[in-house]
Amino acid sequence: MEFLTRFKNALFLILALLTQAIALAVQVRSPADPGEPDGPKVRLIRMWSMATVTPFERAAHAIGSGLHNTWSDYIDLGHVRQQNADLRQQLTRLRIEQAAIAEDALEGRRLEALLAFRQQYVASTVAAQVIGSSGSEQSRILTIDKGWRDGLKPDMAVITPDGIVGKLRDVFPTTSQVLEINDQTSGAGVILANTRIRAILRGTATGRAQIGNLTADSRIKPGEPVITSGGDQIYPRGLPVGTVESIAPDPDHQPYTAIVVRPAVELDRVGEVLVITGTQSDLPAIAQQDLSTAEAQHAADISAERLPGLQDDSDATGATPPGAPGTTPPGTAPGTTTPPGPPPAPITPRPLPALHPDRYTSGATPPASALTPGAPITSTNPQSSSPPQSKPDKPN
Amino acid sequence: MVTRSYMSRREVEQQSFSIPVAVFVPVAAILLQVLLPRMMPRLAILDLPFIVTLFFAVSRRSPIAGTVTGGCIGLLQDLLTNQPIGVNGMAKSVIGYVGASLSSQIDVENIGTRALMTFVFSLLQSILLYLIERRLLGIAGFHLQWLHELLRAVVNMFVALPIFLTLDHFKHRE
Repeated sequence: MEFLTRFKNALFLILALLTQAIALAVQVRSPADPGEPDGPKVRLIRMWSMATVTPFERAAHAIGSGLHNTWSDYIDLGHVRQQNADLRQQLTRLRIEQAAIAEDALEGRRLEALLAFRQQYVASTVAAQVIGSSGSEQSRILTIDKGWRDGLKPDMAVITPDGIVGKLRDVFPTTSQVLEINDQTSGAGVILANTRIRAILRGTATGRAQIGNLTADSRIKPGEPVITSGGDQIYPRGLPVGTVESIAPDPDHQPYTAIVVRPAVELDRVGEVLVITGTQSDLPAIAQQDLSTAEAQHAADISAERLPGLQDDSDATGATPPGAPGTTPPGTAPGTTTPPGPPPAPITPRPLPALHPDRYTSGATPPASALTPGAPITSTNPQSSSPPQSKPDKPN
Repeated sequence: MVTRSYMSRREVEQQSFSIPVAVFVPVAAILLQVLLPRMMPRLAILDLPFIVTLFFAVSRRSPIAGTVTGGCIGLLQDLLTNQPIGVNGMAKSVIGYVGASLSSQIDVENIGTRALMTFVFSLLQSILLYLIERRLLGIAGFHLQWLHELLRAVVNMFVALPIFLTLDHFKHRE
């Protein structure tokens, strides 16, 4: 009894540590349900704590967003015009790029069909706001304001337009936890874009994303893009992950190398995310429409490139065909445009007139029926002149 | 500058806090810890729950109370992470116990002592977390970055001083 009284403080500490150590062991050892990161009791406790904290996070986020929106929407508008111009320029560039890659995309789809490969495209997403974090450097967790009431489930991929962010870990009624790709318990199947090497990306305790299952390979260079492979059944194939930042021998796992990847998304500053709630094996309708448009444009570009001289007669003389939309026909008051009439007759392609006609120019030679054997050829084309005759060289 | 820091043993044992303060301050610290890194990612190096744990432990001067306070704050912190529940709980239980045990031996009202104590205990917590993660949970890839942990200790030391001074106003000395 005296022992207990004398060492009650130390005994209490030992008891507290022992209890928590046993709880840790139970959590680590107990098998959780498939798709659930925690056991049901732990999950319940986490849900209660999240329910307690979430209202404060929402309030803080609402206040912060309100202040930010007031500033950016009504006060700080100086850069909007320049931003608009930049965006238009970017849109133009992206349209050109889209047309350029349309053919590659079609070729890829044909090959996939040939190999019976089932590509997974993003079919539906849910937009969410990041409202909180774990508050610990050992745990790279984000809290978003959407939960299972919005159709979210554990292990759904979370992305931004820049690249992948992570996947859903715990999903509660109105909130969810996102496990970032740089968390030490996170993992993703990736491909090094240039070398086409498949690898597994894992987070580290220091918050870095790292590939650690590859041996030294001189082809892998810093700056190489990294994309998702789709092999993990979480992230659809082809999404940007980041770029290779450094390559060094892994001291913990020889002879493997530690390839540090700089995430494409600024994980510390991400504010809005998209949760991929559904994928499909066909392209979404909008994407198919875009692809068709790009394909048509691409085909037209190829025709124009390969047949530069084929055009309408009116074009050849520099005149606009009558009846074309947006033109003013003769006898019409200026400033008025003709309504779109019936479609014009099909244009018969004809070559442009030659700048320097000769006997080989189209139309310069009379039909064979009009020729007399032995007689000199006379040109039938009034526009064409006689072929240049070379003068006989006279001796000096 | 003369700092009057002597208190009798009776006064030492009678230091306490009202229930709202004892509940609200740790919860506020955890909330701020969750929210601040969202606004400024570099603030993730702060550990407000640790500072509050240390303050309550050295103020109450009861190892059992320190252990309970540290355990509760640490467990609450664990609930918001993806780590097994108990990692921070164990570390902060030890911090609370040692802090409370030490407070009856040294003058914890002095600013210099407080700064040094926060610095040392921050490093102690980093070591405890390393041992729990590496040895108890068997996470092989968990490494301690000493420079980063030193920086964390320094930052926490400077942040803890004004927090301690503020929270001193809520002490009850009967």
